[in-house]
Amino acid sequence: MRITIRQSDFEKILAYALSERPNEACGLIAGREAEDGSRSIEKVYLLTNTDHTNEHFSIDPKAQLAAVKDMRAEGLSPLGNWHSHPETPSRPSEEDKRLANDSKATYLILSLEKADAPVLNAFHIEGEQDNRTVRKEELIITEE
Amino acid sequence: MKITVAGAKKEVADGLTVAELIEQENIETPQYVTVSVNEEFIDAGSFDTHQLSEGDEVEFLYFMGGGR
Repeated sequence: MRITIRQSDFEKILAYALSERPNEACGLIAGREAEDGSRSIEKVYLLTNTDHTNEHFSIDPKAQLAAVKDMRAEGLSPLGNWHSHPETPSRPSEEDKRLANDSKATYLILSLEKADAPVLNAFHIEGEQDNRTVRKEELIITEE
Repeated sequence: MKITVAGAKKEVADGLTVAELIEQENIETPQYVTVSVNEEFIDAGSFDTHQLSEGDEVEFLYFMGGGR
């Protein structure tokens, strides 16, 4: 699946994730899905990691609901979430896979392992909780 | 009656419960889903008894979390 994100939204995520180091940062992504399944991210949400650690993240359901309400008001759909890996690569960890319960979601992971060379990847995760299948998606950063 | 489910307007049976709606909507792994009705979270223990009403707005929210 192909998914696009604007450069400006990528920079928003990056700036927030850098500011939250050493902890993981997280949020939601919203946008539109075309008939061919390709997705465009139209808005990113920078939310609080209620775990406040560099090892985990959780999004408060109240903040999640407020973001979803905002998406509906703007005619957008929830597309998934994003989170940072301050010290590890841009790939789903075992915990990421275990907690990826929404097979319709796109999971963006921003690695800050090399702070001067951040890496953002998109993943689709499905299957049973103890036997997930991970597929890397084609992520394209657009000018605007 | 008409309700809104995840942003889409739908016609459903009068008195439909949250549990019945979860089944009707084929919600995956419902044990990891939080349900809100008109922006109020519904306790999972009440899914079987909470009846929806005309005009209700329902959202299904998957727990979002992970780790390094």
